[in-house]
Amino acid sequence: MPVDIDIAKVAKLARLALSDEELAAYSTQLENILENAERVQALPTDGVEPTSHPLPMVNAFRDDVVEECLDRDSFLPSAPDTQDGQFRVPRILGE
Amino acid sequence: MTDLADLTIAEAGHGLRKGDFTSVDLLDAVDRRAAVTEAHLHAFLTMDHDGARAAAEAADAALAAGNDLGPLHGIPVALKDNMCTIGVDTTASSQILAGWKPPYDATVTARLKDAGAVIVGKTNLDEFAMGSSTENSAFGTTRNPWNTDTVPGGSSGGSAAAVAVGSAFGAFGSDTGGSIRQPAALTGTVGVKPTYGLVSRYGLIAFASSLDQIGPFARTVDDAAVLLEAVAGWDRRDATSINGPVPDLRGGLEEGVAGLRVGIVTELSGDGIDPQVLAATKGIADKLSDAGAEVIEVSVPASEFALSAYYLIAPAECSANLARFDGVRYGHRTTVEGTTEDMMSHSRAEGFGPEVIRRILLGTYALSAGYYDAFYGQAQKVRTLVRNDFAAAYERADVLISPTSPTTAFKVGERAADPIAMYYSDVCTVASNLSGDPAMSVPIGLDSGGLPIGFQVMAPALGEEMMFRVAAEVERLAGFEDRASLATSDVVVPS
Repeated sequence: MPVDIDIAKVAKLARLALSDEELAAYSTQLENILENAERVQALPTDGVEPTSHPLPMVNAFRDDVVEECLDRDSFLPSAPDTQDGQFRVPRILGE
Repeated sequence: MTDLADLTIAEAGHGLRKGDFTSVDLLDAVDRRAAVTEAHLHAFLTMDHDGARAAAEAADAALAAGNDLGPLHGIPVALKDNMCTIGVDTTASSQILAGWKPPYDATVTARLKDAGAVIVGKTNLDEFAMGSSTENSAFGTTRNPWNTDTVPGGSSGGSAAAVAVGSAFGAFGSDTGGSIRQPAALTGTVGVKPTYGLVSRYGLIAFASSLDQIGPFARTVDDAAVLLEAVAGWDRRDATSINGPVPDLRGGLEEGVAGLRVGIVTELSGDGIDPQVLAATKGIADKLSDAGAEVIEVSVPASEFALSAYYLIAPAECSANLARFDGVRYGHRTTVEGTTEDMMSHSRAEGFGPEVIRRILLGTYALSAGYYDAFYGQAQKVRTLVRNDFAAAYERADVLISPTSPTTAFKVGERAADPIAMYYSDVCTVASNLSGDPAMSVPIGLDSGGLPIGFQVMAPALGEEMMFRVAAEVERLAGFEDRASLATSDVVVPS
């Protein structure tokens, strides 16, 4: 499968504001790295189950009970901007 | 007279209990060592002098009162700066987290404190643990104490250098593709990646969640076991931690290898490995055979594809994990005006370094619509093949062995411009991360340039007792007693 990267789209999906020069440089590097992945793609894997987790584990359940959690005053001061005990962000919608 | 900074944890613990010295004396010794070496090494990003002093004094008071918390009581240790420490800067070596003070302790941090350990500071790493040289740190490169023109390996290079030089008695790192074992090899220290799930990842800043595992650096195999014992075991805060008994890490240390089946991994012991590293590895294999082990060649065919699969899976998981750094709840926020999405995109581009951006882009691409099956899905299937091949290999062998790193320490800057050459540093180590099995590196000698060579011992999941047993024999057989030229509290000019 030929490597064909719409790097501007990928950067937008990743929420990375990169310049055209940066995008071009990363695009070349990604193509080189993905060429190495061709060996992996060529391996016959019909009928092979994917592994998402190295050990056979099932869901870890716990009782659904109210517990103490972090005090808001312990982490809000390290936020870039807050107001009335909440995180503050710029406007959500564009012009 | 012996400098206290050169003692093993076992020796330091013995002296503490005999009353030969105090925890404050041990802390003074590593502080003196750091004061001399840090200008050459830059192993630490933050030294918590006040916190460490208070912890050492508390440890001394507790011991005097007869409250002995175990083998790490009063022992100065260091933590890689991607593990949360309440009130102490935790940056993952990234500008995006510069100055961040966590509101909670990682489980590893909390368990070390409960064990009476003295946390001296936070060590340097490749940004978000992405790299094999510690050159990707946003706060400067760490140097190798054996030769400061070379790298200490990575990503846990600061922890490795600190232990190698004696500015901590032990340290913790994280290993996603070799980030404990490869720097251990390059700095002549012991480094352990435990079974996935043996150590809680709660409070570890995540890189690739299905691969990341915390483990220790030490100067001896026994010390490494003591460090790991203090932090291992189920944690309700990490849903992937193993809810079961912890292997007896020290039970087999004196047992030797007679009658054990030791498999040399064919695919990791030939092409692409430096001849001196290969010769040293084979030399130890011969000695294991002389010591009564049955040494055989074992093939793990899919391990040849492990590196390529790893460099799809790890970036994919990192691209998801690092989505949380968005300039909203913590970390860097841009001054560029615009919408919240603009704010996020500029904050991230300003805050992340080039290797992190490269991997986020790679992972985002590998997970994006139309490419998922071809890249990420296929890599996960290769991961299954790697696991199957390891399982078959462990039918024939109790442990597997190989070099830890294909080369000894390389020069600062040598691979920095070539991501693929840098990625190859992990060729012997990534397969264990994909399989989730434990693996560790033991120093066995020096190359002709005076740089350490590491020997890797691998075992099946939760086979730590057997792994440590063989590693202890490797340590005895190698008789590696050299120390880095910088491991002194006298003022020296490094090589």
